[in-house]
Amino acid sequence: MDSLDVPEFTPKHRVPPRLRDYFTGASPFHRHLESVRKQTSFGQTPFRRKIPECSPLQENFDPQRIAFLLHKQWTLYTLTPMYKFSYTNLKEYSSLLKSFIAAEKQKGLAVEMEEDFNFKVIFSTLSGVKGTQRDPAAFLVQIISKSQLSSKNAEEKVVWTGWFCCVYGDSLLENVPDDFTCLPLFLANGAESNTALIGTWFQQTFDCRFTRLTISAFNLSWMAAMWTACNLEHYVAATELLWSVPCSPQSLDISYAIHPEDAKALWDSVHQAPEEITQEEVDLFIDCLCSHFHRHFKINLAATRLVCVSTSVASAHTDGKIKILCSKYLIGVLAFLTELAIFQIE
Amino acid sequence: MANLPYNSAEGSSDVVPESPSPERSTPTTEQQMSPTCFQTSMVMSSQETSLSPVIPIIQCDRSAWKMRQNESGLGPANLQYGLGDGKEEFNEHAALQQAFNYIRKATKKESTLEKHLQTVEDIAWKSGLGPKDIDTLLEVVLSSPLRAEAVKSRMLKCLIPTTLIPESAVVKAFSKLCTHNYSNSIKIIFFRWLIAMFDFIDHTEEMNSLYGFFFSFLQEESMSCYVCHLLYLLTKRENVKPFRVRRLLDFQSKVGIQPHLQALLSLYKSFCPDLVSISLPQKRKYYFKNTDSIWQTAVYIVKQRNQLPSLPSVELSVGISASQPQKRKWNSSCIIPKPTSSFTGEKKQKGGSTSLDVMFGVRKTFPVEQLHMFSQLLENIQNIQFPSQMCSVLKNSSLLHYLNCVRDETVWLRLYYWMNQVLKEGCTWCKVSNYTTEEEFKSFLDIVGKAQCFLQEGFPSSEVFLYRSLPLWDGTSCRSEYLQLLSWLPLGNFSEIRPLLCDSLAPLFFTSSIFHKCSVLYSLKQLLQNWLLRYAMRANVKTMMSTSSHTTLNVVNSVSELISFVGWLSTNALRLEEHSSFLFHFVLDFFETVSDMYLNYNLPLVVIFPCGVFYPALLTFDSITLNHLCYIMYRYRVNLTAAKENDVIRQERQKFNKTYQKFNEYVTALVDCLWTSTAFEKDHFLYIDPEIMKKTKIKDYKKSLNLTNHPALLVYSIYFLLQGWPGEKELALGTIQKKKWNWYLDYLLLEDLHGLHLFMESSLNVADSASSASLYPDAKRPKICTSGPISV
Repeated sequence: MDSLDVPEFTPKHRVPPRLRDYFTGASPFHRHLESVRKQTSFGQTPFRRKIPECSPLQENFDPQRIAFLLHKQWTLYTLTPMYKFSYTNLKEYSSLLKSFIAAEKQKGLAVEMEEDFNFKVIFSTLSGVKGTQRDPAAFLVQIISKSQLSSKNAEEKVVWTGWFCCVYGDSLLENVPDDFTCLPLFLANGAESNTALIGTWFQQTFDCRFTRLTISAFNLSWMAAMWTACNLEHYVAATELLWSVPCSPQSLDISYAIHPEDAKALWDSVHQAPEEITQEEVDLFIDCLCSHFHRHFKINLAATRLVCVSTSVASAHTDGKIKILCSKYLIGVLAFLTELAIFQIE
Repeated sequence: MANLPYNSAEGSSDVVPESPSPERSTPTTEQQMSPTCFQTSMVMSSQETSLSPVIPIIQCDRSAWKMRQNESGLGPANLQYGLGDGKEEFNEHAALQQAFNYIRKATKKESTLEKHLQTVEDIAWKSGLGPKDIDTLLEVVLSSPLRAEAVKSRMLKCLIPTTLIPESAVVKAFSKLCTHNYSNSIKIIFFRWLIAMFDFIDHTEEMNSLYGFFFSFLQEESMSCYVCHLLYLLTKRENVKPFRVRRLLDFQSKVGIQPHLQALLSLYKSFCPDLVSISLPQKRKYYFKNTDSIWQTAVYIVKQRNQLPSLPSVELSVGISASQPQKRKWNSSCIIPKPTSSFTGEKKQKGGSTSLDVMFGVRKTFPVEQLHMFSQLLENIQNIQFPSQMCSVLKNSSLLHYLNCVRDETVWLRLYYWMNQVLKEGCTWCKVSNYTTEEEFKSFLDIVGKAQCFLQEGFPSSEVFLYRSLPLWDGTSCRSEYLQLLSWLPLGNFSEIRPLLCDSLAPLFFTSSIFHKCSVLYSLKQLLQNWLLRYAMRANVKTMMSTSSHTTLNVVNSVSELISFVGWLSTNALRLEEHSSFLFHFVLDFFETVSDMYLNYNLPLVVIFPCGVFYPALLTFDSITLNHLCYIMYRYRVNLTAAKENDVIRQERQKFNKTYQKFNEYVTALVDCLWTSTAFEKDHFLYIDPEIMKKTKIKDYKKSLNLTNHPALLVYSIYFLLQGWPGEKELALGTIQKKKWNWYLDYLLLEDLHGLHLFMESSLNVADSASSASLYPDAKRPKICTSGPISV
């Protein structure tokens, strides 16, 4: 308590405003906390959103890589900001992760470690998968198994893929210091056990945390509306909504498929402002669909729960699975998912 | 300890049902051993039964032992027993030596021998044996001319070390065992002892040089499993020789495939894969039987009794994540990992250098895995890096200390993100996920609460979590743990917190049980205390630098708003719970803290409790409540008197005048009731038209609330009369006057009604202080606290 020239370690009351100094706090973190304090309850979402659109950065797309992301079922996770992640070290990460996986897989067995594993891990960036220049670059992690037959031309097979992205993540990026990399959305395809291994490694290495991202019925109805609103030259699939009726012993699912053009026509009649979608419009759209269904089948869908939405743009399930079908609206879909992910981690 | 390198239930697959959780030693019973092993296990079980009866002799007090000493007629040493601890220890040593000397020479079993044996047993099982005593005892046992096996095995079982076992003793004993003709059971006990105590032997180099001798004992089939186990512990790479491998394989072909042999073989193979060519089943888990837990517990008990720190490193290294069942979901919440060094951070600092550079790096970092004690933290504080996962600090007090002196905001941010997620996922009533059970979440909240208490500061994530989850809370699940978060809310603007907290807390509070109400009030008291402490601490620093009246004003406003909120809660809760004395306890506890704010925490604020608390407490049936009330009134007086001198209060005279008025009103009411019996008179607080009072037909109603007749004190006055004048046929409370009155007051003090006494001493103007009747009720007037802040 005597002099001011002890720079590193001082008793706590000499530490300049940390978290405890509520009244004087001025760092970005404090401002962040302020905003969180004000945002009171779970489940507060914006009242209006922009219609998904093509990103200006979409030109950077490598069409082959993007095609790789489409038509696959991805399990959604949220990820808290990664500490001390660096894009320059991707190569090193891949070898670290590889040895980590090898070690984990051989846990408990008294066998010698082979030098050459029958798989490899590749980290690579996905250029163009971002909303603004501020968004950190997305990157892809793949586990590729080499067939045991060992020749150089041996067939390589991707057994697991996961990618990290952040599209229009401004609200999160604002408050996070440079040591952190914010890629709040993680999508995985492959065995759950592999996801577990890789997730564990990321959690241990970058002090982050994975959580399954589930999509509420409320957000699914937003998706239904937003994706119906998309302008497509040709539709590849019908617009289909799945409602679940909670009853024993097994729940009953009601599938409701509409011709995409009819859905679009309905939406256009509901929709007003050209650039944005409001909550009322979404509610009205779903209500119209439900009342139509009721007229025909005398089943009140409002009493059931929306669990799945699939359109030509993408399809999403309430338990956090998504399949993106249309490259044009990839960024739009990811932007909404990023928003949901950020909402979950804040 | 002698924990087994391979442990699991794998005997022969045809007998053993697959154990559901093979990891971590699940003690397998004899039935699970393969048939070929059955014979040896029979031997073991008989040994086991003979080991256990020794245990009950452990006694917590020395009296039994002393008694036995007296009986044995051990002459001079006896006289000094019980004189002091040092003496006793000395005597313990002397008795031990005497016993050893006797046993050494004894040739046949007799009663004196038995007594000496018991002395040794008592001492050994109670306080253990030092290295020298172990040496002596081993020597005594193995060279004694006694033929009795039972005696020897009893003595061997007493070899419980307090600290270490000297290797030389083991070597000496083992050489005796090799040269003399001992029965197998003695040898087996010796080997089992070696296995159990292996970690207590100070070196093993010399023992290792006797490897061949140990190895030769393998021939005996009955002890081969113990010898294998011992060899397993002892083997080094240089011990693995072709002839030994051959011998083992021969032996295996003779007795069949045995788990212990396979274990040893696999160890050999791992040292020298070229020598062991047979293929051992890869997935097989080898198994040594961990039988001698009795010895291990004995060592543990001895350690505890001697209050030595029992291997702290071992205890700490078995962290939570290690003990977590493996089958959990990988990212399920509420698991706090062990601290591990950050790897990538290191690499980055060195600029992608090679591992060699890291090894010879100029600045050596101290690995967090090794950080167990505060002293280590102090020594290495410049070289400590936070663990790779920040959350692991939560259960490590050294790291929490370190966290407390670090300014880096990223550290807090890392913790914030993690905890935010875990609290949200784990929360059983928010149902974000179903991964966690209520028990798990409860213990997690408890850990968070403890860490907050340690840091004396709430985590921002728990604050945010509290605000978000409170509206959904049912008021019962994880109550005490959850409410603990409440008491660590940061000192802030109460008007900002109010809508987030109180709007959901109040409805829940009023509709929940009395226990819920009490818990909430308790947490709010803690919150108030934490705020006051924080303020006092800061004020202390500020006086050294610069005073900021603005902050003080903020705190004063916040605290007074909190108090008025709790006042409102309490008033209504007391009404709802019909003035339960249990609830009163918590309410008054809160206001006790409030009454002492000025003096204890230097906060220029005195807030008097609301009428809704004061009057019910005054008219209570419970003497504890009344006493508590009087004590609080006494503290208010002391604080108010002191506050008159305060500048801030002087400036805000207008506001504080009301406080003084209210206090005086309460004092008057209290004195009116208990002493002057004027509460029912005109212009007093209990005034009721005398005509109405007459109709109630209560005799002498005016005095019905004084010190003798007050419902809370009636018990005391009646008991006072019964005790003092047991002969009187009629109890006349009115007779407690003059001299008796003074005695009665003394009696009340004797009955621990200190609050009443303190109030009386401070708040009553005594009319005639010298006279003996001074405390007679009618002679006193309430001492009013002058209402203005300027003293008269």
